Amino acid sequence: MTDTALTDTDAADRIAQSNRRARRAMLAEFWHYFSENRGALIGLVVFSILVVAAVLAPLIAPHSPNAQIRDATLLPPVWAEGGRATFLLGTDAVGRDMFSRLLYGARFSLFIGIVVVAISLTGGIVLGLIAGFFRGWIDTFIMRIMDVILAFPSLLLALVLVAVLGPGLMNAMIAIALVLQPHFVRLTRAAVLTERSKDYVVSARVAGAGPIRLMLRTILPNCLAPLIVQATLSFSSAILDAAALGFLGMGAQPPTPEWGTMLAEAREFILRAWWVVTFPGLAILITVLAINLVGDGLRDALDPKLKRS
Amino acid sequence: MLRFLLSRLAVLIPTFLGVSIIAFSFIRLLPGDPVALMAGERVMSPERHAEISRQLGYDRPLVIQYLDYLGGIVTGDLGNSIVTKRPILGEFFTLFPATLELSLCAIFFAVLLGIPAGIIAAVKRGSFFDQSVMGVALVGYSMPIFWWGLLLIILFSGVLQWTPVSGRISLLFFFPPVTGFMLIDSLLSGQAGAFRSALSHLVLPTIVLGTVPLAVIARQTRSAMLEVLGEDYVRTARAKGLAPGRVIGLHALRNALIPVITTIGLQVGVLMAGAILTETIFSWPGIGKWMVDSVFRRDYPVIQGGLLIIAAIIMLVNLTVDLLYGLINPRIRHN
Repeated sequence: MTDTALTDTDAADRIAQSNRRARRAMLAEFWHYFSENRGALIGLVVFSILVVAAVLAPLIAPHSPNAQIRDATLLPPVWAEGGRATFLLGTDAVGRDMFSRLLYGARFSLFIGIVVVAISLTGGIVLGLIAGFFRGWIDTFIMRIMDVILAFPSLLLALVLVAVLGPGLMNAMIAIALVLQPHFVRLTRAAVLTERSKDYVVSARVAGAGPIRLMLRTILPNCLAPLIVQATLSFSSAILDAAALGFLGMGAQPPTPEWGTMLAEAREFILRAWWVVTFPGLAILITVLAINLVGDGLRDALDPKLKRS
Repeated sequence: MLRFLLSRLAVLIPTFLGVSIIAFSFIRLLPGDPVALMAGERVMSPERHAEISRQLGYDRPLVIQYLDYLGGIVTGDLGNSIVTKRPILGEFFTLFPATLELSLCAIFFAVLLGIPAGIIAAVKRGSFFDQSVMGVALVGYSMPIFWWGLLLIILFSGVLQWTPVSGRISLLFFFPPVTGFMLIDSLLSGQAGAFRSALSHLVLPTIVLGTVPLAVIARQTRSAMLEVLGEDYVRTARAKGLAPGRVIGLHALRNALIPVITTIGLQVGVLMAGAILTETIFSWPGIGKWMVDSVFRRDYPVIQGGLLIIAAIIMLVNLTVDLLYGLINPRIRHN
């Protein structure tokens, strides 16, 4: 901005200041709408606790997640008969502390969510920008590929991709990211299509902005709202799908304390030891629910069309 | 309408070709050589390897192989399973009724509960009922259904001993499949208790598979109803002095249901993905379990064929929903 007519540093400062103020006002407005939504706030609090628990897992966990304590197999939670105080949520079939494993599991789930969303968001933005900005055959080509991906049930495609790539957490994340990709591409493309003919884009073009600058600096920031909402919702689908793949034996492999993998290992004890089945699933549900609550709140706060009085 | 159909097909056919390319290239994408992969741990002589390669056509150029594969699709020949040696399409049709029966029950369950719940929640917006329905729907939407199934098994099969844990019907009953739908076949068989047994096997899987669609349908019905209830024609109907039940049932509901029908159609994909998990948990002999088993058995032709058929089904259902939508709502087809 400073390289045009604004050689006067005072004027530049003033503009920077007013920009900052505008940004702060936008954030304040967003927070106003977001904090009106009780569910979203609860979700945010729960999610923050999960993040803290995941980060501090090595400090909080009373045991190592993989330590097998021989004389403590299938112990019930502490409040049930036969429970021991050091094993808050009981132990699994080989004597590993459930609580510690769940804490470490939170690390995996959040890691999965972050990696998957990062991959599919980046890929989706790049492809969506290219498709929406350049139109023509490249647009058709990209969108047809996205249609093809959407023609498959996401979990089935992820399962088959993992069968090709080989089971494991990394491959499961790649597969899920690929499956979630089309939503980001479509959203970005649709937003670019509505934005690109608006006056500010035309004036930036006339001022001599090149395609890369137009795409990334001019158009993209104005397409972010739906992408943020979609990223939140994809975060929770990624956790669910990764857990499902783990449950099917195609995601993280034992003894990784990933929640879905833990459930798969617990299946045979389902009628004997309810806690080994109940807690990992509850952890998945709470995490996904919290993120979805935040997502709903974000959508209501960011989407002006849905903003009700 | 014909033009609308043609425009939909113009998108659908390239998409299907894309799907077939993915299904085709899937075996070729596997690291290593497909024949050696199929052989697995077994040792294979080079002659035998070449023979199988030739049998499966892997020695010819890729384009020819693909065209051959497309030709097979058109004539209904998707190849044979490596494990059972039976034609894939035949296996599919043997197992499909189980999945179809389960999916239909699940979607009925979801619609029968979800639509009324959504309507009442919208009409009594902000009430305790509304908040409970939306709360439950959000939980249902966030539910890891494989865990939900295990919980239901613990409660109903373990503690209460009301329902069986797995399968479609008790081993005590045997009759040849007529329709492939266990509920109907058990009635046709005339054996006492067979229907009851089939029904009790179906209850838990239905609930598990229907949970996510139920949540989605309830939410969608509520928001569609809310939108319609704010429309002028509803206000007019109310101002005319029509009974509230008539306004809601006749004027509002009919218009609110249009997007709900689309939502129901879109659940096919959710149901197929859910079937993979539900059928695995309940040992339900359908398409979902077939696919998972094939992944574990490395039965690549089956995975390939199943992928293609399932995608084709979803595309066909989506096309039907699109056409129905165009039929109900002329604005769509002229767009």
